Amino acid sequence: MAEKKRYNIRISGLGGQGVVTTAHILGSCLDNAGNYASLVPFFGSEKRMAPVEAYVRASTEPIYEVGEVIYPDIIMIYHSQVVTHGKSYTMPFYTGLKPNALIIINTDFDVLTEDDTKVLEDLNATVVQFDATKLAMKIAGTELATNMAMMGMVLGLTKLVNTAHIEAAVRERFLGNSFVASGGTAALDSAIEKKFKKKEQLLEANMNVINETFKMADTIDITGSELIVRLKV
Amino acid sequence: MSAMTRPVLNKKQVEMNYLLHEAPREKHFITGAQAMSEAVKRANVDMAIAYPITPQSEVMHLVGDVFAQGHIKEYYRAEEELGTMSAIAGASRAGVRLFTATSGPGLIRGLEAIASWPGHRVPAVLGILTRVINAPLSIQPDNLEMAYMLYSGAVMLHAENQQDTFDFTLAAFAIAEKVDVYIPVAVATEGFFVTHAKGYVNMMSEDLVYKEFDPVASPVPAMDNETPPARIQRDAPVQKSNFMSYLIHSVWQQEIWDSNSRAMKYIYEYLGGPIEVQNPGSDIMILASGCAAAQAREAHRYAQEEGLSVGFVKVKAIRPFPKNEIREALKSAKKVIVPEHNIVGWLCTEVKAAIPNGGIVLEGPRVFGGMTLPVELIMFEIYEALGIEHNIKL
Repeated sequence: MAEKKRYNIRISGLGGQGVVTTAHILGSCLDNAGNYASLVPFFGSEKRMAPVEAYVRASTEPIYEVGEVIYPDIIMIYHSQVVTHGKSYTMPFYTGLKPNALIIINTDFDVLTEDDTKVLEDLNATVVQFDATKLAMKIAGTELATNMAMMGMVLGLTKLVNTAHIEAAVRERFLGNSFVASGGTAALDSAIEKKFKKKEQLLEANMNVINETFKMADTIDITGSELIVRLKV
Repeated sequence: MSAMTRPVLNKKQVEMNYLLHEAPREKHFITGAQAMSEAVKRANVDMAIAYPITPQSEVMHLVGDVFAQGHIKEYYRAEEELGTMSAIAGASRAGVRLFTATSGPGLIRGLEAIASWPGHRVPAVLGILTRVINAPLSIQPDNLEMAYMLYSGAVMLHAENQQDTFDFTLAAFAIAEKVDVYIPVAVATEGFFVTHAKGYVNMMSEDLVYKEFDPVASPVPAMDNETPPARIQRDAPVQKSNFMSYLIHSVWQQEIWDSNSRAMKYIYEYLGGPIEVQNPGSDIMILASGCAAAQAREAHRYAQEEGLSVGFVKVKAIRPFPKNEIREALKSAKKVIVPEHNIVGWLCTEVKAAIPNGGIVLEGPRVFGGMTLPVELIMFEIYEALGIEHNIKL
């Protein structure tokens, strides 16, 4: 984080994939790591498979700006249809991309056209492609952990935070022990306690996925001249 | 849920000045909707009434949680916004502290009742979580609806971020209830950009609350069996004579706008003034309110890093409009840039009318339909105004 003052992250995916959830967790991770963060979710029509975008900003100094990230330096694509079907808020999905940017795509096939490749090469971008959904199935036994695989990969590649920061943020989101400190939440607390065992398991599965992506991220070099880096799951 | 089963909370009642300026605070990373409901939690609100509309629904859902936890005595969902806003006026006659919120089309639907609040001396707090009002349908943040509120008589505050939303909402209750104000206070902020986005908010303990509403101290007595309803509705001025109708109404309208002006001293007391100024005396001043002020603040920082003669004015109070303060802040500016989240440029119009040399105020930049206002758009205007070469492509 020290070498770069500001990261603008744009996350594009489909309704139901946990795009907004990851934006919240990502924001909390960065906050936990002592950095400044802000996040904006945008989910037009709230239905499965409809385009969803969320934006996270991270910085070593306070962030004033709000709204969509129009000039991102990290783009995360949760579904190949974002690229192939234009299910993003901008066309093409990399509109506004800054030079030397990082793009992570969840896909099991090459989604970029020749034209896309040319533009991204000129911008000196790096595209990391991997099948996050397959990884989620393999490690957590559910495709619902796709978002964890994506989040793990971006954090593994950028080293913005460590896994302790992530675990605290994931715990906060799923066990809800963040900031709700009022007397009336007692009833809610006892309901959560009943589900506790299941929630702990959920947390563990999510963390396993994230740890795996950290290992995968360590095997590659994204500073090379190659545009697309393909990771096998 | 009956009152019998609701939790009874033991909280310490304090003055607004202590709450806002002295009580120790802790930093939280929360959404703007959370910030507004956390302010309501600490405001000792007696009753909330609302009808859900995106993006306000997030706020009023959380206020519902706050009610369930025992921080508010009564809460219900009205039939729609005209019903909501009329019910607020009715409840106010019972002498209680009130909160409601709405967005875009909901505000327009409730506007008939809202515009009658000042005349009825309803000291309620109204959250406006901005949203597109016109067709085609959209739920995104465009603050055009605020233009419709400008002449309602209500005090209007415009929050830049989650922290402002928290502080302004709390302060609004104290301002509205001052004997020499006693009109509604609207606290506006942009939907989604603030309501659904997380930012940093420093908050005092929720064991502290603003001292409870005192209907006996109110300039308009609460109705009960010992204080029967005022005769104003049954014996309306118009039924006396046209002359009395004109006279009473004209005096009353003056009184409402005087009350509105008198809110200014409390805006100084609680919020440190109606505007914030950085680098006064710069050639270029960027002036903005609400979310546009956040974008302008970022552009101002970039401009400082590049050593440009650029200053920043954030307008916190839209009503009463801080004419004198703005005139002073812009007195040596050569150009004024007014970024806005609406197509009509209502803030730009107000600023032009407030200063003797309105021609220095540029029309924009504006985004509308709820679009994001990129900082680059403001930088473009700065470079153009200063005649500096740049490579920003919009």
